[in-house]
Amino acid sequence: MTSDAQHAAAEGEPGNVVTGEAQDLVGQASLWGNAWKKLRRSAFFWFGAVITLVLVLMAVVPQLFARGIDPRDCTLTNTRLKPSAEHWFGTDLQGCDYYANVIYGARISLTIGLLAVIGVLVVGVLIGALAGYFGGFLDSLLARFTDIFFGIPLLLGALVLLTVTSERTVVTVALALVAFGWMTAMRLVRSSVITIKQSEYVQAAQALGASTYRILVRHILPNALAPVLVYATIAVGTFIAAEATLSYLGIGLQLPAISWGLQINLGQNYISTSPHLVLFPAGFLSVTVLAFILMGDALRDALDPKRS
Amino acid sequence: MGRFITRRLLLTIPVLIGASFLIFAMVYALPGDPIRALAGDRPLAPAVVAQLRAQYNLDDPFLVQYVKYVGGLLQGDFGSDFAGRPVLDTISQRLPVTVRLTIVAIVFEALIGIAAGVLSGLRRNSFFDNLVLVSTTLLVSVPVFVLGFVAQYLLGYKLDLFPIAGINAGWYSYLLPGLVLAALSMAYVARLTRTAVSEAMAADYIRTARAKGVGYRRIVFRHALRNSMIPVVTFIGADIGSLLGGAIVTESVFNIPGLGRAIFDAVQNQEGAVVVGIVTLMVFFYIFFNLVVDVLYALLDPRIRYE
Repeated sequence: MTSDAQHAAAEGEPGNVVTGEAQDLVGQASLWGNAWKKLRRSAFFWFGAVITLVLVLMAVVPQLFARGIDPRDCTLTNTRLKPSAEHWFGTDLQGCDYYANVIYGARISLTIGLLAVIGVLVVGVLIGALAGYFGGFLDSLLARFTDIFFGIPLLLGALVLLTVTSERTVVTVALALVAFGWMTAMRLVRSSVITIKQSEYVQAAQALGASTYRILVRHILPNALAPVLVYATIAVGTFIAAEATLSYLGIGLQLPAISWGLQINLGQNYISTSPHLVLFPAGFLSVTVLAFILMGDALRDALDPKRS
Repeated sequence: MGRFITRRLLLTIPVLIGASFLIFAMVYALPGDPIRALAGDRPLAPAVVAQLRAQYNLDDPFLVQYVKYVGGLLQGDFGSDFAGRPVLDTISQRLPVTVRLTIVAIVFEALIGIAAGVLSGLRRNSFFDNLVLVSTTLLVSVPVFVLGFVAQYLLGYKLDLFPIAGINAGWYSYLLPGLVLAALSMAYVARLTRTAVSEAMAADYIRTARAKGVGYRRIVFRHALRNSMIPVVTFIGADIGSLLGGAIVTESVFNIPGLGRAIFDAVQNQEGAVVVGIVTLMVFFYIFFNLVVDVLYALLDPRIRYE
């Protein structure tokens, strides 16, 4: 949509005091179209996007990056070698090539980050939309329910849940993160649904007799998703860091899984003699989290109508 | 005012009941034998299992179990480890260490965070402002335990400025772990202060003060800072609760014998009941500090209590 058309559309919506808000309500195309125009110019966004792309490739086809080395092909006599031309990141305690191991670690981190965020979006959007749209008693009930989960910090809740889980896999760790990580998404969706519910086009749809389901899914949700998608982008990084922290504490994934958190856990005892065992996975982990934070920040700026 | 506090207090009750129920349900009501789950791979004699079942009232109906569990919590019964030592003993022994670490972290968080935030908020887009933006972004993306290892390796081992682990050097040994624990919150405090200060400096009442010829220092300290500190102070207050959780990681990295390290050790030794007991206490702390902060917020900001 051209800027003239947007302007006209914005003016054609009486009762909306804030022009930016009106623009949001006009349609997805203009909101996301504008956002993309701004995103394209953001160096931070491209930085984050390129790193993410490389990481995704690394997760899908690690063989491409690992120089043909099998991470589980180990020679015990090669224990804890320093980085060299043959072993770029040195070797670990079992004498496995550390570079290949760190590369293969991307898969678990990304899988858990994405699974957790998808779960959080499903739960958060569902509960948030119900609470925001129906209001009243249901809203109070769901808000109190959310408050209870908010009373337990993510790490502590996941810690208890995983302590009593006998088999800890990628799925159970992701589920534990979802169980104590969905609340912010719910609050974001709830408040934008409440705002959008008041707008004229929703009233028009109600007057025309559209079903509740149709109003929620076709009219309200597409416009209510922007804030929660910004949050979700950053949350991928948060959940990746949380998985690594849990694995580091010994309550996340278990050997023989290849995870950066586990590698750091095993390497910590040799930090003074073989710091590379901690520094390489830690570096990959931090850059991954940074990539998602940068993309989320850039997306937030791009979606913010106050910044042109 | 009184109405606001009463309302807030009443809202805390369902949260406390709900949170304790949630923890209880996770441990004792999930499918599978809770005793087995808490013991991990540890083999248990049938007599021990029977004794534990009696201790946790596992043969009672579900709700009776929960009521007895809460009754125990209220009397300070946070469970016991497999050797029969009450978790409360561990807590009372370890808590002072964690409190000390938290105090050091809060001081760092407030001093460095607010100073950086004020300086960058007063001069938007200056070199220093950009430096604060970049460094806070980096701090937020580095997980705490990674930061801990890097600090430990560089400042403790390579440069030998701080003890690498333990608390044998008194308060001095708390400095580095405290800084690491505070790092993430420090970044948030700096950003929060920066936004608040720069918004305040653009506000009408500051323009009025300027027009009346009030000096720059007075404008900053008496007019802008006072107003912009409200969200910052409440953030720091609420953060006390989260720092207790962050202490699990920091204390593990630096081998500080506090509550967090006790959780870490319990995880390694598969002492599930100890993990759950200490986490429960931390959750209560967290809820408590959130309550205190909300009340404080209403005291500081009249707009909240007269809503």
